Amino acid sequence: MRVNFTVNGRPQEADDVWEGESLLYVLRERLGLPGSKNACEQGECGSCTVRLDGVPVCSCLVAAGQVEGREVVTVEGLADYAGQRSCGTGDRTSPSGTARDTDSQTGEGTRLAPIQQAFIDAGAVQCGFCTPGLLVAADEMLERNPDPTDADIREALSGNLCRCTGYEKIMDAVRLAAARQSEGA
Amino acid sequence: MAANGAPTKITQGSQTKGGIGESTLRPDGTLKVTGEFAYSSDMWHEDMLWGQILRSTVAHAQIVSIDTSEALALPGVHAVLTYDDLPTDVKHYGLEIRDTPVLAHGKVRHHGEPVAIVAADHPETARRAAAKIKVDYRELPVITDEASATAPDAVLVHENREDHHAGHVPHPNILHRQPIVRGDVARARARADVIVEGEYTFGMQDQAFLGPESGLAVPEEDGGVHLYIATQWLHSDLRQIAPVLGLPEDKVRMTLSGVGGAFGGREDLSMQIHACLLALRTGKPVKIVYNRFESFFGHVHRHPAKLHYEHGATRDGKLTHMKCRIVLDGGAYASASPAVVGNASSLSVGPYVIDDVDIEALALYTNNPPCGAMRGFGAVQACFAYEAQMDKLAARLGMDPVEFRQLNAMEQGTVMPTGQPVDSPAPVAELLRRVKAMPMPPERQWESSEGADVRQLPGGLSNTTHGEGVVRGVGYAVGIKNVGFSEGFDDYSTARVRMEVVGGEPVVTVHTAMAEVGQGGVTVHAQIARTELGVTQVTINPADTRVGSAGSTSASRQTYVTGGAIRHACELVREKVLEIGRRKFGSHHPAWATAELLLEGGKVVTDGGEALADLADVLEGESVEVEEEWRHRPTEPFHPRTGQGNGHVQYSFAAHRAVVEVDTELGLVKVIELACAQDVGKALNPLSVLGQIQGGTTQGLGMAVMEEIVVDPKTAKVKNPSFTDYLIPTILDTPTIPVDVLELADEHAPYGLRGVGEAPTLSSTPAVLAAIRDATGLELNRTPVRPEHLTGTRRSEG
Repeated sequence: MRVNFTVNGRPQEADDVWEGESLLYVLRERLGLPGSKNACEQGECGSCTVRLDGVPVCSCLVAAGQVEGREVVTVEGLADYAGQRSCGTGDRTSPSGTARDTDSQTGEGTRLAPIQQAFIDAGAVQCGFCTPGLLVAADEMLERNPDPTDADIREALSGNLCRCTGYEKIMDAVRLAAARQSEGA
Repeated sequence: MAANGAPTKITQGSQTKGGIGESTLRPDGTLKVTGEFAYSSDMWHEDMLWGQILRSTVAHAQIVSIDTSEALALPGVHAVLTYDDLPTDVKHYGLEIRDTPVLAHGKVRHHGEPVAIVAADHPETARRAAAKIKVDYRELPVITDEASATAPDAVLVHENREDHHAGHVPHPNILHRQPIVRGDVARARARADVIVEGEYTFGMQDQAFLGPESGLAVPEEDGGVHLYIATQWLHSDLRQIAPVLGLPEDKVRMTLSGVGGAFGGREDLSMQIHACLLALRTGKPVKIVYNRFESFFGHVHRHPAKLHYEHGATRDGKLTHMKCRIVLDGGAYASASPAVVGNASSLSVGPYVIDDVDIEALALYTNNPPCGAMRGFGAVQACFAYEAQMDKLAARLGMDPVEFRQLNAMEQGTVMPTGQPVDSPAPVAELLRRVKAMPMPPERQWESSEGADVRQLPGGLSNTTHGEGVVRGVGYAVGIKNVGFSEGFDDYSTARVRMEVVGGEPVVTVHTAMAEVGQGGVTVHAQIARTELGVTQVTINPADTRVGSAGSTSASRQTYVTGGAIRHACELVREKVLEIGRRKFGSHHPAWATAELLLEGGKVVTDGGEALADLADVLEGESVEVEEEWRHRPTEPFHPRTGQGNGHVQYSFAAHRAVVEVDTELGLVKVIELACAQDVGKALNPLSVLGQIQGGTTQGLGMAVMEEIVVDPKTAKVKNPSFTDYLIPTILDTPTIPVDVLELADEHAPYGLRGVGEAPTLSSTPAVLAAIRDATGLELNRTPVRPEHLTGTRRSEG
């Protein structure tokens, strides 16, 4: 079958999609967007979290056909998505991503969402396999709840497993992003 | 064409000075937060096929027949291979003992053993084809524990053993046995005023790294193959892969792809040989990615264990003696079991002074899932048991459990049961003092003006209590872990370091085969190069087999050993740079003739700080490159009967304090805080050190209250191979983890550093158990603890 949907603001068309394919498979294998990770294929780990019409979902549990005509945001589009949000709320003084000259090897200088920068700065990335899903989930929480308590952060991210960090630096990163967001607001 | 997702070199430095001791940020951080970092499962190649493995559905059986005809007939299928298709006489592999069949031959020895492999043009086609392979099994009795393994009529898991342990084991179903005898236990026992015995059970833990086993094998024009792979040790893989393929090692090119965690689970091969076989057979690139279900079968686990301990102590609290017997279940194949036995026995006494010991550790061959390396490697099981013993002894003596431990704590100069003196700081009592001195979390922290916040109570959002029946407990534990490969292993690493001028700036390139698995080795290695060579721009080349072996990313050894190799290579580069400088500029300044010249801030400087020349001028038109191996101090094997020998390189220590709240009616546990104090010798990157300690602590928490692979004792089949049924801690299960880092230099190690990664995984589990015992008054001799153990509905030994 053919599936038409919007990914990170761009219309996309996927052809020859087998009915059993997940949104995750189509993103990774057909659209060249491997940022969303496949770690359990049963909705337990959150590594494949994307926004579907704004709602965070495990893309491994969404059949590709279900996204026909809908809007998906993945980690690859997170910086633009967060940037548009901060502009959309009238916040033009503090750009969400700071674009510098991009280094092709490290990606240094890449425009980043505040939550992405905070994950780097706080040491919340080790192996990084859980990171894309956590970023999408944390960004969505900060959109809803700009001033979260620790219990709020833990509740919002409880669907995302991380095996490396013990979550302490992830907590630090979300607190840091929230603090930077409120300073900039 | 090149494979899509092949790693590129990473240069970092324009934003940072970043030498050792600074919390330099990861060079791969930006790529990992934008989704651009290519993991092994992200590899892609035009025209590639997907591989799938068919695994045994039974644990122990003869294979009567395999029929692949229906699978081969399925449209889209390019190859179906079985044992009969293996190209050479080498049909087995293994880390130490080559006892693991690439594909089963005549027999399967555990549930999930690979039997056949398929390549097809879509992963679902490959899965369906594998399901169409007909295997006729004739089931055999299963060996599942020590009693069934050593029964008079026991079936042998491996017949006709010829490995180097076969000669000294008491039964062919015992893979390896290491006794350690020191002092006179009978005489010491007579001095004891109290004697405490315990029988402990340790469940089977899984590494549960998030990035599943995966890789891409690309056939090459010269008949070789290029494998992009997530592993812990490229050269160990290479040594095992090449003979099975019938290729010389230089025709099997290996490049490390992005690795989604490891924790020991990638020390053994998984899909490496299978992908290469399919690629060479079909002439097409083949990608294999395990799903989570298969991952639980695709790597070894932490050994489950039965441990029997006896300790004695005098009335004034001094330990008199220790006797222990540790039975580890190695499962169907050897993997790293012999080395795990060596660790379990040599570290079984814990960080305590006990002169009179009688120790025995052994690993069984059974039909349970194979077990091997996992973070803590044999020291974890023992720590759970000896720390329970320390609490029992303290209780019997009416002493404070921390003071009792401190009274018996080892220190620098203590002689291990192996006869090896501990010749660097061993601040065991100090770590306990520090962790005990940390502020306690407030009582009833779940209470708020709006009532109980159930998220902070046992049971959480299941809303099972608002504080009724909830009891707090506090527990302590401390552990000892070795760093580096032990028992005489030639544990070296290789580094290639190049210095040149690019765009008018001095740039250093570091090339090693070190597997970056998330720990931050790439960060630290660049820091070392900056410190040694005084530059800011350091490029880390992708890890591959075009440079010599770096050894394994395990045993807490990479900062020590590959870091040591990089430092050593940098020193040689510095000498060559200074030689060039003397040749070019020696006549300009008398200081060039002195020995004490340094490279700092892009310049050659005197030890007084006077700049003699810019590195850019010294290296104008020249470059310097050095590749060198580096070794830590040699170790010795343990004597097979007495266990004596200087077997370990370095020891590391961590202590934990756990605070838990237990809903005693429902048996639900909430860990409130898990504080840690650890000596790291020298924190080369303090932020990464915290990440290692907190991550290791959390894996220990999981082992205490939730993580266990459940194997049916009747069938030896795995019952919970999924993240739905095998639980690892979520962010809701994990408490705050305050850390106190101590830095007492080890004079034998580079920069005085001490391997960090594993020690926190040891003491975390027994600290949580001690806290639960404190809250409930129950004995709790097994881990993990489940609700039924706390509510009296099931005996804790079960």
